[in-house]
Amino acid sequence: MNELHPLTQAVINGRRKEVPDLVQQCLDAGEDAKSIVQDRLVPGMTVVGERFKKNEIFVPEMLVAARAMKEALKILEPLLVAAGVRPEHTAIIGTVEGDLHDIGKNLVAMMWKGANMEVIDLGVNVPPAKFVEAIAQHKPHLVGLSALLTTTMPAMRTTVKAIRDAGIPVKIVVGGAPITREFAEEIGADGYSRDAGSAVDAALELLRAKA
Amino acid sequence: MKYTSLAIDDPAELIFGVAPHPLTTREGMVIGGGTVYPELNFTLPPITIDAAGMAEVRRNYADIIEGALGRAAELTAPGVVIEFETLPPMTEHPEWGMEIVNILIEGMEREKARSGLKSVLRMTPNDNREFERPPLMRRGRYWEAMLQLFEGSAAAGAELLSIESVGGKELHDEALVNGDLAASIFSLCILGERDMRFLWTHLNDIAKKHGVYCAGDTACGFGNTAMVLAEQKMIPRVFAAVVRAVTAVRSLVAYECGAVGPGKDCGYENPILKAITGFPMAMEGKTSACAHLSPMGNLAAATCDTWSNESVQNIKLLGGMAPTCYMEQLIYDCRLMNCARAEGRDSARMLQRWLVESDVATDPQAFIISPESSVELARAIVGSDSHYHAGIAVARKAVSLLREANAAGRLRIAGNEAGWFDTLDDTLDDLPDSEGEFISQQLALADSTKFIAAEYGLT
Ligand code: B12
Repeated sequence: MNELHPLTQAVINGRRKEVPDLVQQCLDAGEDAKSIVQDRLVPGMTVVGERFKKNEIFVPEMLVAARAMKEALKILEPLLVAAGVRPEHTAIIGTVEGDLHDIGKNLVAMMWKGANMEVIDLGVNVPPAKFVEAIAQHKPHLVGLSALLTTTMPAMRTTVKAIRDAGIPVKIVVGGAPITREFAEEIGADGYSRDAGSAVDAALELLRAKA
Repeated sequence: MKYTSLAIDDPAELIFGVAPHPLTTREGMVIGGGTVYPELNFTLPPITIDAAGMAEVRRNYADIIEGALGRAAELTAPGVVIEFETLPPMTEHPEWGMEIVNILIEGMEREKARSGLKSVLRMTPNDNREFERPPLMRRGRYWEAMLQLFEGSAAAGAELLSIESVGGKELHDEALVNGDLAASIFSLCILGERDMRFLWTHLNDIAKKHGVYCAGDTACGFGNTAMVLAEQKMIPRVFAAVVRAVTAVRSLVAYECGAVGPGKDCGYENPILKAITGFPMAMEGKTSACAHLSPMGNLAAATCDTWSNESVQNIKLLGGMAPTCYMEQLIYDCRLMNCARAEGRDSARMLQRWLVESDVATDPQAFIISPESSVELARAIVGSDSHYHAGIAVARKAVSLLREANAAGRLRIAGNEAGWFDTLDDTLDDLPDSEGEFISQQLALADSTKFIAAEYGLT
């Protein structure tokens, strides 16, 4: 296996305090912000995501890595904005109306961020109109809907319908304990994933299909 | 602390079917008096609950109660507990919740008249306070509506009042995914303790007014969230087990404020509370896999006084409608336990041991609520001078019990979890002795957009 870059390694091990210096070293060596994100940070989170998927580590360890990556982004984001670089993909995520469960949704949001997507989190108990409004405003490539109650599954259906009726082209991926692939298909969602680990793959698959 | 000694200090006596302070219902079921009763809980299939959907909602509950009680009568159950745990719109619109309460009570009376089957209704309004973000814990329309539903159902004949209250949970989800034991103790033993005291003082007034019982609360949103997260390999089982031990400090407050059991089914911390209070407890395990998986399906039964399925959707299974099928399963589980009891103390002891031994070594969360561990943890709580100190003491005890059992080969712990013992002990070592100092520390760290300190009497 190739030796990993020290910044990549610092993300993997969640050594947040070392990150600013390492980022500065990359910049001093002439790397641009975009390639630091793509070639140094994202590969780190990918390793962490893989370890998590293989059950080698837990969410707390993964969050420590995510915070290390955030530390780097604090320095890099102004540079990215100045250079007019935006993350390749934007996603909106939220828990449907009537439902307050959000732990699963938050984990999915975190995984998506780790894959360098811009994620706008609308929170819980989000009415269909608010999804539609946010989609019109942010023009995301992807929308994620979460529902944990059998009695809010109908709200997920209504939300998908409202988004479709609004006529904005966007891929919709759904999840939550009572949701099945069949239900996702039945309500006209584009994708489904059963856990946070596979939520990135599900998203990227849809986004690639779009491209 | 109200409780300074244990009601049960011998693990052999921390056993299914008997509690030092049993409770007698109006129809004469004696819970904790030598018989384990089935406790059935049920929920709706995918349908919308609104004014237009209420006819279908009513039909569902009428069918559930008729089918399930009919089966209970055929199987000559000695009595059953029916739990009605509302879904959010039913608490938000108490008149909808009340319609269902009345349907259930009518169904129970009809079955009593038909077959003589005894039953009692446990009413569990869901706690909607967190619909407001940050939540208003002591006022506002969610609080008012919830109390109204409690009051209405107590007046209508629901004899046992329960809730899965959410006080402190605003910060606890975050504590769990961060593996942060200090924040967990703050949520449970500082915020949770204060909210529980406020809430249960009100519920006790309602219960007294209508001559019904405050049964108990559960730290479901804390301990079971941890358990489900551990089950999904999101957080270490060791951490979830220690959090479970700490939840007992929070749930205990209901009993300090007048609750008398049976403790609420999904409170896996209940064995610890039974040891402290001597009140009967509901438990759930293998027969609640319909609701969520758990690593202690048998062990959870070892100390139960009512045995529950937690929740099942009203859907058709091959055997019949799911609530009816689950009623049957619960009844057979209870028959076995009651049969062991009837044969005498030694037989009951033997079954208790088998229930424990079949799970105890396989998971730290099972280990931590075994009768042996429960008594030790209970002792750590009653030996403390405040809920904060009790939280630290019980967490410390939990870590040391798990560590020793692991070292002695009495407990299997995954390789990637072993490092967590030191992490947890380090956290506990760093906690200040002064509660005031701890509160200031945690308030400085907490996300102030998520909760309102004043709603907990903190400023
Ligand atoms: C924790 C929990 C709670 C916590 C929620 C805390 C929070 N901040 O979210 C609290 C205590 C507040 C709670 C409240 C309630 N709950 Co609850 N809760 C649970 C529990 C135990 C675990 C859910 C969880 O967090 N799992 C862990 C996460 C990581 O998993 P997950 O959510 O499934 O998410 C994963 C996948 O599904 C997927 N995913 C999720 N969303 C998305 C979205 C996208 C886009 C993608 C791609 C993937 C994806 O990826 C995630 C990560 O792997 C479940 C039990 C269960 N079997 O799920 C009950 C459960 C869902 N709750 C239930 C109930 C009834 C309620 C209440 C009504 C209880 C009450 N009477 O008080 C209230 C309702 C509040 C409301 N209006 O929503 C029932 C639902 C029954 C039904 N009719 O459907 C369940 C099944 C428990 C039960 N067995 O009875 N609950």
